[in-house]
Amino acid sequence: MRLRFRRRADRRTGGLALALLLAAVASALSACEREERNFRGIPRAASTGMPPVRQTELQPGPPVRNAPAYGPYQENAYGVSQGKTLYNQFNCSGCHFQGGGGIGPPLMDADWIYGSRPENVFESITEGRPNGMPSYGGKIVNDQVWQLVAYVRSMSGLLRKDVAPGRSDDMQVRPQEQSTDKAKPVQSAIPKSAELP
Amino acid sequence: MPAKNFASTRYSSLDQITTDNVKQLQLAWSFSTGVLRGHEAAPLVVGSTMYVVTPYPNLLYALDLSRPGAPLKWTYDPSPVLASQGVACCDLVNRGAAYWNGKIYYNTLDAHTVAVDSRSGKEVWKTKVGDINRGESITMAPLVVKGKVLVGNSGGEFGIRGWLTALDGESGKLAWRAYTTGPDKDVLIGPRFKPFYAQDRGKDLGVSTWPGDAWKIGGGGVWGWISYDPELDLIYYGTANPGPWNPDVRPGDNKFTAAMFARDPDTGEAIWTYQWSPHDLYDHDGVNELVLLDLPIDGQVRKVLVRPERNGYMYVLDRATGEVLSADPYGFITTSTGIDLKTGRPIAVPDKAPQTGKVVRGICPAAPGTKDWQPSSYSPRTKLLYVPHQNLCQDMEGTEANYIAGTPYVAAMVKMYAGPGGHRGELTAWDPVARKAVWKIKERFPVWSGTVVTAGDVVFYGTMEGWFKALDARTGKELWRFKTGSGIIGQPVVYRAPDGKQYVAVLSGVGGWAGAVVAGGLDIRDSSAALGFVNAMKDLPQATTKGGMLYAFALP
Ligand code: HEC
Repeated sequence: MRLRFRRRADRRTGGLALALLLAAVASALSACEREERNFRGIPRAASTGMPPVRQTELQPGPPVRNAPAYGPYQENAYGVSQGKTLYNQFNCSGCHFQGGGGIGPPLMDADWIYGSRPENVFESITEGRPNGMPSYGGKIVNDQVWQLVAYVRSMSGLLRKDVAPGRSDDMQVRPQEQSTDKAKPVQSAIPKSAELP
Repeated sequence: MPAKNFASTRYSSLDQITTDNVKQLQLAWSFSTGVLRGHEAAPLVVGSTMYVVTPYPNLLYALDLSRPGAPLKWTYDPSPVLASQGVACCDLVNRGAAYWNGKIYYNTLDAHTVAVDSRSGKEVWKTKVGDINRGESITMAPLVVKGKVLVGNSGGEFGIRGWLTALDGESGKLAWRAYTTGPDKDVLIGPRFKPFYAQDRGKDLGVSTWPGDAWKIGGGGVWGWISYDPELDLIYYGTANPGPWNPDVRPGDNKFTAAMFARDPDTGEAIWTYQWSPHDLYDHDGVNELVLLDLPIDGQVRKVLVRPERNGYMYVLDRATGEVLSADPYGFITTSTGIDLKTGRPIAVPDKAPQTGKVVRGICPAAPGTKDWQPSSYSPRTKLLYVPHQNLCQDMEGTEANYIAGTPYVAAMVKMYAGPGGHRGELTAWDPVARKAVWKIKERFPVWSGTVVTAGDVVFYGTMEGWFKALDARTGKELWRFKTGSGIIGQPVVYRAPDGKQYVAVLSGVGGWAGAVVAGGLDIRDSSAALGFVNAMKDLPQATTKGGMLYAFALP
C-alpha cells in the first residue's frame, strides 16, 4: 500500500460512522508506515502479492493471460450491503448518484473507462482517476474498499443475483441492483479525457 | 460583457434585422469549438474580433470578423487542472468573458481568473482565487467595474463558503473579498450597511443564523450575474443556495445565502441585502440576473431592479434601498403562497418542506427553480422582459449528511418531472409595470438558453433540441427558425461586424445541468442522476447529441 498521509483536517457535520472509519484509517496507516520503510524500492505488485493490474488488452511480447478475477466480498451479500452503506457515507453517491452518474460517469451501465475487474475498480477508488475521481487511498481501509468494489460491481449486475442488494432504505430511484440485468462490460470508447480538443 | 451593458438588459439597438425581413436570415459562417460539453457562454465582440470561451478546458478563441468566414486568429489555453472536473456540480460550463482596457478576462473551472491580451492572445496575469480541494470551482462570467474584475465561486453542492472577490484589472492582485457567510468583518458589513428589512439587521447574522460552525461550509456561492448602477455607484449580485440541500442540518435563516447584496465596488462594503429564500429548502440559489430599469410605479419613476427569481416570483425592488415593491408568480408554485411585502419573506407551505428520511412529493418549482441561470432580456421599446425558463416539479427526501472536503455535500435525493401541462420549458414575455405575463411560448424541454432582443423588435433564443428561433417581440409569433447541430443552451448575441451588417450569433452544444444526461452520457434508469434532473430529461438523448459549434447569421 502506497503511503499518503496528508489528510486535511476534514470538517464534517454528522455521521459518527465516518468518524470511526477515519479513526480506523489512521491506525491502519501508522501500521503501514513501518512497512513502507521496509519495502521501499520494491515494486508495488510484488510487495502486495497482486498480479499486475492491466488497463489494456495489448501486451508487449506473448500475452500473459489475466489471472481469474479475484477480490473479497464478490460472493458475500453482507459485504455488498456494507459497501452500499459506505457508498453513500463516503459521498460516492454525490458524484455517481445511485449508479446513473452526474459529475462522475454512470456505474450501472456496461461502459467502463478503467476496467470492470475487481482489481481495476479497487484502483479507481484508491488511486483516483485523472478527470475528477478523487483518490480515496489512505482514507478508507482496504477491507472497506473491497466492500465498495463489490457494491459498485453489483450496480451493473456483475455479481450473482442472490448477493446483490434487493432493497433500499431511501426513495426508490432505480431498479434494485438484484433485478439489474448483467451488463456485459465494454471498454468505453470515449473516456472523458479524450473529449478534449 | 455578456449582458451587453451594466444594467444587464441584453437589448441591442441594431435594427437592420426586423420582424419583416428576419425570415430571410441566413447562416453566414460557423466555427467548431472542438469541445463536447455544455456551451453556456456568450460570444464577446470587441472591435473586429469575436472572443469565444469554451466549457472546460476553457479555451479562448479569437476570431477575425474583418475577414470572410471569420478565421481563427489565435487560441489561448489556460490548462485547467483535470481534477477540477470532479468538483463541478452540473456539467463543466463557462458563461463567458468580459473586456476592459485591452484585456479579456474570464474564469477557469479550476478556480483561476485570467487576463489575456486582446490583440496577441498572450496571458497578462493568472490569479488563483479558489481551491478545488475545498470544492471550489468557477463557471461565472466576470464583470469589470471601475478597473476591478469581479469574480465569484461555485460549489454550493460541495460545502464551500461563498464569496465575491474583486481583483485589480491591471495586476490581478486581490483588492477585496466579501464572504456570503460568517462574521460581519468577513461579509464586509460596516456602518454603511442599511438593509430595508428588520430581520437583516443585527450583528454577525452570517454566524448566528447557523448552528455551530455550519456557516463555514454553508455554501452561498456567487456564480450568477452582476449588475452595476454607475449613478448610485452600487454593484448588485445574488448568492447561491445554502449547503447541504437537506435543511434539517442547518436550522436558522442561513444568512446570507439565497439572498442578494448591493455593495460599493471600490471597497466591497455592503450597503443593503435582501434574502429571497431565508432557510432555503429546495436549492433555490438566488443568483439569477438583476435587470436595472427605471420604471413608472404608482405614478412615479423609480430606480428598480427586476429579478425573475428561482423561487417562482418576479420581484421588483427599489435598487437604492432594497425594498420589495412587488413579487408576482411567473410560473407554477406549490411551495409558497406569496411574498409578504411587510417582512419581505415568502409565505411557506409547511407540507412541502423536505425532511430527513421522508419523501415529499409535488414540490414546485423544482431545484432549478422556475428559472435558473439563463438570462432574460428587456426591450425599452416594447417595455417587456423576455424570460427563458422551465416548468418542473420534484419529489425530494433528505438523507444523512457527511462533510468530506472536496466531495459533494448535498444530503438529498431528488427526482424531477414536468410541471402542469407536461411541457418542461417556457418563454414568458413579462410586463414589469402591469405585473403580468403578456404572452408565453411553451417548449418541450427547459428553455436553458438566454434571450436577446433588438431594436428591430425581434427576440432570439434557442431550444434544447437545437432550434434557433426568432420571435416577434410584441406578439410572440415565431418568424424564423434554424436547426443547429446540437441543443442550444448558450447566450445569443447581436453585433455589427466590420462589413456594416448586423449579425446574430449563438453557441450550440447541449449540456449544463439540464443537458447533463447527454453531455455526461448518464444512465436514464437512475432517476436521481445529476441531482434528479435526469428523470425529467429521459427523452433528451433521442432529441439531440453533443458538440460545440458557433453559428453566425445575417441577412443576405
Ligand atoms: C468528486 C466526485 C466523485 C466522487 C466523490 C467519487 N467519484 Fe468516482 N469518479 C468521478 C469521476 C469524475 C470519474 C471519471 C474519472 C475519469 O474519467 O478520469 C470517476 C470514476 C470512477 C470509477 C471508474 C469508472 C469507469 O468507468 O472505469 C469508479 C469505479 C468510481 N469512480 C467509483 C467511485 C466510488 C466507489 C466512490 C466513493 C468511494 C467515488 N467514485 C467517488 C467522480 C467522483
